[in-house]
Amino acid sequence: MEVDRESSNDFLSNLSQELFMIRETGVREEGERLIELQIGPAHPGSGHMRILAWVDGDIVVRCDPDIGFVHRTIEKLSENRAYIKTIPLVERPSLLDTTPMTIGYVNAVEKLMGIEAPPRAKYLRTILAEITRIASHFYGIGILAIFLGHSTGFMWAFGDREVMIELATMLTGARITYAYVIPGGVRRDMPQNFPDQVEKGLRYIERRLKDWEKLFLNNPVVERRLRDIGVLKPVMARRLGITGPNLRASGVDYDVRMAEPYEAYDEIDFMIPVAEEGDAYARGLVRFKEIEQSISIIRQAIKKIPDGDIISPQISRLFNPLMKKIYAETRRVKFPSLLATLKPPKGEAMARVEAGRGEALFHIISDGSTNPYRFRFVTPSFRNVILFKYLIPGHRLADIPAIYGSIDYFPPEADR
Amino acid sequence: MSSQTSPQSTQMKKEDPDLKRFLEILNERTKDLNPKISIDKYGRAIYIEISNEKLHELAERLSKLGIDHVKSVTGVDYPSENKIELLIHAGSYLRTLRKYTVIIKSFLDRSSPKTRSLTDVWPSAEFQEREAWEMFGIYFEGHPDLRRLLLPEDFEGMWPMRKDFMIKTRRPGEVEGPWK
Amino acid sequence: MERGVVFVGDINIFIRRLVRSLVEKKPIRDLIDWAVAYSLWPVHLMTSCCGVELAGGYSPRYDLERYGSLPFVSPRQTNLIIIEGTLTRKMARVARITWEQMADPKFVIAMGACAIDGGLFWNSFNIVRANEVMPVDVYIPGCPPRPEALASAILALQDKIRKVGIKREDIEILRKYVEK
Repeated sequence: MEVDRESSNDFLSNLSQELFMIRETGVREEGERLIELQIGPAHPGSGHMRILAWVDGDIVVRCDPDIGFVHRTIEKLSENRAYIKTIPLVERPSLLDTTPMTIGYVNAVEKLMGIEAPPRAKYLRTILAEITRIASHFYGIGILAIFLGHSTGFMWAFGDREVMIELATMLTGARITYAYVIPGGVRRDMPQNFPDQVEKGLRYIERRLKDWEKLFLNNPVVERRLRDIGVLKPVMARRLGITGPNLRASGVDYDVRMAEPYEAYDEIDFMIPVAEEGDAYARGLVRFKEIEQSISIIRQAIKKIPDGDIISPQISRLFNPLMKKIYAETRRVKFPSLLATLKPPKGEAMARVEAGRGEALFHIISDGSTNPYRFRFVTPSFRNVILFKYLIPGHRLADIPAIYGSIDYFPPEADR
Repeated sequence: MSSQTSPQSTQMKKEDPDLKRFLEILNERTKDLNPKISIDKYGRAIYIEISNEKLHELAERLSKLGIDHVKSVTGVDYPSENKIELLIHAGSYLRTLRKYTVIIKSFLDRSSPKTRSLTDVWPSAEFQEREAWEMFGIYFEGHPDLRRLLLPEDFEGMWPMRKDFMIKTRRPGEVEGPWK
Repeated sequence: MERGVVFVGDINIFIRRLVRSLVEKKPIRDLIDWAVAYSLWPVHLMTSCCGVELAGGYSPRYDLERYGSLPFVSPRQTNLIIIEGTLTRKMARVARITWEQMADPKFVIAMGACAIDGGLFWNSFNIVRANEVMPVDVYIPGCPPRPEALASAILALQDKIRKVGIKREDIEILRKYVEK
């Protein structure tokens, strides 16, 4: 298990020298030929973050992301609230794929308490997680399209995303923020006609993916703008700690669903799409392939779902008779008051999940009271911010939106 | 390894040969640094407690073993014991070590927490250490660019994530007055 | 006689007073209000997580462009600003600068529970309320509100403009300029 490496100081200085040699910027010293630009938050190509770029002519020499415009201090707020009130807080940063975040948090709480969800609940969580993953990838593709100026792509992506949101509304009742996953299981069961509707929706998406290939992937303008832009080599990706489809587009096949399976992922066969080039085009292509894989996961899960309870018996034995009646008739879970103010034993627990943009990590330290003592929460976009600093220098100014769109950075997720 | 009726439950997996071998090699390589190594009952997280002076040496040895990136660098505040605990999650992209997460803990003095930066061993710690600096006040010596990351530039008040920075816990009375 | 003197002597002042009195009268004033109401263009400022529903509102399913509103890039050429979501301190400064750059008459819609009173993050130290930064015309509750709610808010704002009229202050500015 030896890995021989050069020391990282040499690595980083070699890297910057290499970039400068490739582009021949000819910069003498700062202040003479450099202009500092602030691509600020009220710019349609930047979202809610600011990019400071030092340019020499048209080539970017240094780049510095200025984040924190959406910093809502979730870690501090969670120390004042009960465990179950943190579930909506954890959903809000990554508003597009909310379910993997709640699954991670609830897994950590369940590990602390020592309970486990029944199999039917695990399959339901998996189905919803894959539905939101498809919606999140469509959002990423839409934002990449609008940054390039391809507004048809934006409209198509958001229109196709509505299909998945409609399916989620059928299952949970809300459009984006569900709070569907609770410690011990899920809150509702799926309706009777849900498998048929899912099949209809998935067939529609498959037909549309063929149109997408013609419109976007084989488009000469898009290829010209995205090929060989923002190349991320595998060695650099490993050193910088990148995660998600950005990593898989550079040749490293790392996916938490296969590395440390959680929920129902170890009973379902799927592949991990990997591309070799590492440029912006590969990152867009990997997202399309992942949508196809998610479609196959949902189909297998719907076929294999077992019957049974949707809430763990350790919680359902706390129900009072009215709650038991509601559960038996309509399969909805009402919270017993002990769950709302639960006090897990002292200790710590850690959980990892694969969200739409990469790997999210949850670590809870509890001291036996109703509030967590420390809740640490790292999102994939926060780990990918470092790409702004190392990937943009050497490119032209007009390539900044292309690189930004292809790494699919979502500022509320990074700032938490 | 999955059972027939239910998906793999997250129960104890002490019979993992990869984990045993990794722990043996880890123990052998780091014996002189005197760490306290333990695993949690699900067999996926490896906790290492070490004193602050030997942290950098431990990081170099771990990175030679294959742990090549850092997922999170943060602190935990214990004001009653006058300590801040530095909490580092690290992992690996290698196929055999992917499922494990190494959690390193080390105690710092609360009145002036200082430690050596890990960016020369693991470059992925750069932005994580900036956040730990602005939230807890932990000073990382040797960091190339230590300044605030998430808070506004004119933020007044001390380190927000420490326990003596209080936020409101009860809802205020009325809505405030009209716009300025 | 007096009128004849003004007519012969200072035709500039006479015409300006005539135009001003005509503009304040019913038909042209209603025409101006109608034109403003059906061309509310929001500026492209995404403040926080409700922006996903704003983007969904301009998508093909809930097409909001048919009400006359088109998101445009520059604040100098738009007249609506939609504050969606939580306003942190860093972002509040940016929003205020953007609001001051817009030309009169301008309108503000506060979307979401976080813009009204803090919402889910009411006791955080880093947020401000929307009505402390700029005057708000329409509030939309919800977390996040559906795009149909955003459509009904735009319709409500259009009704308000057509009934109440654009702000009287603009007429004051016009009058001050004329009488200088």
